[in-house]
Amino acid sequence: MKRVTTSAAALAGMALTAAPAAAQGIDETINQVFSDYTGWYVGLIFANLPGTNFSWIALWLVVAAVIFTVYFSAIQLRGFGHSIALVKGDYSDPEDAGEVSHFQALATALSGTVGLGNIAGVAVAVGIGGPGATFWMIIAGLFGMATKFTECTLGVKYRNEYADGHVSGGPMYYITKGFKERGLPGGKVLAVIFCIFTILGALGGGNMFQANQAHAQLAGVVGDYPGWITGVILAVVTFVVIVGGIKSIARVTEKVVPFMGIFYVLVSLVILIMNYDMILWAFGQIFAGAFTGLGVAGGFTGALIQGFRRAAFSNEAGIGSAAIAHSAVKTKEPITEGYVALLEPFIDTVVICTMTALVIVITGVLNVDPDTGLYVWDEAAGRITTADGSSGVQLTSAAFASVFSWFPYMLAIAVVLFAFSTMISWSYYGLKAWTYLFGESRGSEVTFKVIFCLFIVIGAAASLGPVIDFSDAMLFSMAIVNIIALYLLMPIVKAELAHYISRLKSGEIRKFR
Amino acid sequence: MSQELFVVAYEGDDDSGSLLDYAIARATKEGAALHIVHVLEWSPYSFLTPQEVEERHARRKEELARAKSAIIDPAIDKASAAGVTASGEMRYGQVVELIAEIATAKSAAMIFVGRSGSNSMAARVFGSVPLGLAQIAPVPTVIVP
Repeated sequence: MKRVTTSAAALAGMALTAAPAAAQGIDETINQVFSDYTGWYVGLIFANLPGTNFSWIALWLVVAAVIFTVYFSAIQLRGFGHSIALVKGDYSDPEDAGEVSHFQALATALSGTVGLGNIAGVAVAVGIGGPGATFWMIIAGLFGMATKFTECTLGVKYRNEYADGHVSGGPMYYITKGFKERGLPGGKVLAVIFCIFTILGALGGGNMFQANQAHAQLAGVVGDYPGWITGVILAVVTFVVIVGGIKSIARVTEKVVPFMGIFYVLVSLVILIMNYDMILWAFGQIFAGAFTGLGVAGGFTGALIQGFRRAAFSNEAGIGSAAIAHSAVKTKEPITEGYVALLEPFIDTVVICTMTALVIVITGVLNVDPDTGLYVWDEAAGRITTADGSSGVQLTSAAFASVFSWFPYMLAIAVVLFAFSTMISWSYYGLKAWTYLFGESRGSEVTFKVIFCLFIVIGAAASLGPVIDFSDAMLFSMAIVNIIALYLLMPIVKAELAHYISRLKSGEIRKFR
Repeated sequence: MSQELFVVAYEGDDDSGSLLDYAIARATKEGAALHIVHVLEWSPYSFLTPQEVEERHARRKEELARAKSAIIDPAIDKASAAGVTASGEMRYGQVVELIAEIATAKSAAMIFVGRSGSNSMAARVFGSVPLGLAQIAPVPTVIVP
């Protein structure tokens, strides 16, 4: 532990003494190395189906979400009211007070997913796929609710409960135990593969993407400066929290983040109300763009792919991370956590992402050719040109700033906090995968946490392109393994659901208030 | 007529001694029994980190064990030593609501609560336990200074 602390301090010291001019060079080097080593895998994950420009992975996720929706007879629609009742605590036994409630499990899982995906990710999607991407994002979010239902039910059902009372759950547990129960081979191998992807996903989307966008936002507000500086600061704070166990910082973040989320939605609503006359037009753009592309490269499929990609990246349905987050809830009925979890893609994607997209479209920061009504495509950059040339989180910032000039400052704080809370969540998901592979010893835990903190610096220093692609590639890799497992285990969920509904109808499961 | 029951909202801190002494004295005089309740403040709507979520069940067990051995058991012993029949329980939730709920459920004759904390700024703004009980208590309530 002491050695680890010393080397981390040495690293920070080294970084801080480096001259700023040399730092730009470091950024570029990291970028180059990053692209060189990860490019081939990113290409494989996002490869198009032969003869089309539709990536197989987007199809994989959407087909899964549709299959789960059909298999569970649109559980996200018919179970929505019951989900709300569960979160409100209507079915919680008062004797269980003091345990993790459904609300808390949902809030904790949401703080891992609501964040940059909703702010920066949506801007990327709309910037590349046009307003039509929003439509496909909402569709993917609605279907994704069924995927989340399936994975979180399994997460609770097959979790490990230890003698001291702590709980570990997630796909690696339902893959091994569920496969064994059904007499299926290969459970252990799949679980190990899932864990490897989770660790890399935690370092990518759960870490580098967050650090990268946090830096982009800060640089947008205070002026450009080398990314490694943001990286080192974020890494040190994260290190203090996850290694030093300074829970107070994490607790403050956990409390502030939900309010930031609510505030973000409220500000978006105010902007929409101020431009109420344009809301119908914006929806018109979203619908028209969904089927024609309105000038974006790839047209309709361009919009569709971007929408699906960003929805999956934002709400993480099918990725398996939520199953880890939800598994510690206090419930005798695993299916109840499935009900609760299906609200996540709804809140994350259907509500919050749509807000961002509407604000970007309504504020007119995307350039439209007045003659054709089509968006102006920048071939070189591979996206729609924008009023101030920005993309990603800075585009969202510019959109909000066009109405409220103070918003970028607010957004900078929100982005850094969102990034930080997502990092804390993903450090936990990554750690669970790591300890599944290497055991739950103190030494093994600290090793992962130190690696995690080092990747924050890399993420903040690298440019958007390679980081965002690598993040997506890792998250989608988790989804490949997880969804295979979900297909094989979904009959178990179906049996649970039927049993639960019959007892709900018979009055055996009743409301406590 | 069956024995009367007094509910004591017991925090177990330094200031709670006088509350317990007073409740014991009253119970002795009235021939009543005491039900000593310690509430661990808890909201199912608070926010937890993933690590806290994982450890919550274990923490809860520890908190209950600590409250029993450090707060409830000594209080019951003290009452019993004074010849008063006493029982106790620990609950998670909002103090005011739970005390009122328990008093109703147990058909208690009276509630005893300490005044502690009601002078602080926070208590004035958000309401303290005695102030809350003053508003919703289902039975006569004694605030012990």
